[in-house]
Amino acid sequence: MSTQPKITVATAWLDGCSGCHMSFLDLDERLIELVEHVEIVYSPLVDTKELPARVDVGILEGSISSEDDLEKARLFRERCTRLVSLGDCAVTGNVPAMRNHFKLADVFDRAYRENVTLQPQIPTRRVPALLTPVKPVHGEVKVDVFVPGCPPSADAIWYVLSELIAGRMPDPNAVTRFGA
Amino acid sequence: MPLPTPQPNVRVVTLRIDDRDLSAREDETLIEVCRENRIPIPSLCHLDGLSVWGGCRLCMVEIAGQGRLVAACSTRVAEGMTVQTDTERLRHYRRTIVELLFAERNHVCSVCVSNGHCELQSLAQRCGVDHVRLPYRQAPYPVDSSHEMFRLDHNRCILCTRCVRVCDEIEGAHTWDVMGRGSDCRVITDMARPWGESETCTSCGKCVQVCPTGALVKQGTSAGEMVKDQHFLPILARRRHAR
Repeated sequence: MSTQPKITVATAWLDGCSGCHMSFLDLDERLIELVEHVEIVYSPLVDTKELPARVDVGILEGSISSEDDLEKARLFRERCTRLVSLGDCAVTGNVPAMRNHFKLADVFDRAYRENVTLQPQIPTRRVPALLTPVKPVHGEVKVDVFVPGCPPSADAIWYVLSELIAGRMPDPNAVTRFGA
Repeated sequence: MPLPTPQPNVRVVTLRIDDRDLSAREDETLIEVCRENRIPIPSLCHLDGLSVWGGCRLCMVEIAGQGRLVAACSTRVAEGMTVQTDTERLRHYRRTIVELLFAERNHVCSVCVSNGHCELQSLAQRCGVDHVRLPYRQAPYPVDSSHEMFRLDHNRCILCTRCVRVCDEIEGAHTWDVMGRGSDCRVITDMARPWGESETCTSCGKCVQVCPTGALVKQGTSAGEMVKDQHFLPILARRRHAR
């Protein structure tokens, strides 16, 4: 397998806790085997600043909560051959989507005014505008592989990546579920 | 529908389920025969020991010669019946039903006390639901924490009415009932008063044990601890009907 050309992988962290990326790192020693087969071309884990024009596998963690998330999801869809929705936030909206039950103004008040004693203020500069409602990734762009779990286990991520490397479509439902 | 009471001189019928020749008492339902013969049929509202409700429709099966699907929990066996329990058409409808349940209310498994011990959650995995294709309704539902021992979260209720039936038929208190229609439908205690103020609730906890999701849970349990025990139900049901 090592003689095969490496596949390119890009990952991004939308509105989530980064737990899915942490679970990805939980592959531990399997990461060494993984780098023989994949090249991570864009990710919070590497220093590349721009998503390349063509990527084999794109992995999105987190839900679509802001204009920035939406832009990134669309860019990933445009440039990635296979798009993976990783974790419950990406697949269902999960915890970030729990703000959908409240008015956005109330959410801002709770986060930036009610619980703040020093200089309460709502940030408006250099932060992307929030969207309502928060949506799972497939609520905005077409997704090829869904990997539920909060977070999906390292074993589940390993299975999905191994199948994609081998050119097969994985069935993550056999190894993970909502809330796993 | 009352519980089927055993008849002294009941006849035996033969039928075919999933290409297996089986025999059954004529007063049995299809789901009972399937479970006796280890033929898996998913269901959420049906529970051994409670009356038949036929609400979730997850136990739908195909009967040869009938165009429409029937609920296995509310269909009696008949001589010569040919039944299919796991066809592509049934899998498609079951998956859609589970997705509709997830889309209707707010089942956030990751922050649920019943995570890992939830019938809806495990059923979703069994039915191949890896995502919900419909847009979520995102309608807020209240949580009733007024009871000193238990909690009711309407966000996680699937309206199976197991709580209503166990309270009425086994405990005999009839604290629970159902109010409203469609997506406004809700389980209620007494006359839609807070559970903690209920004068009929005996705090027996049977409703909590039979609830398939995290809608009814014990106060103070942490995520993953809310393991439910339903083995008591058929035993109590048999003893009640023996009187």
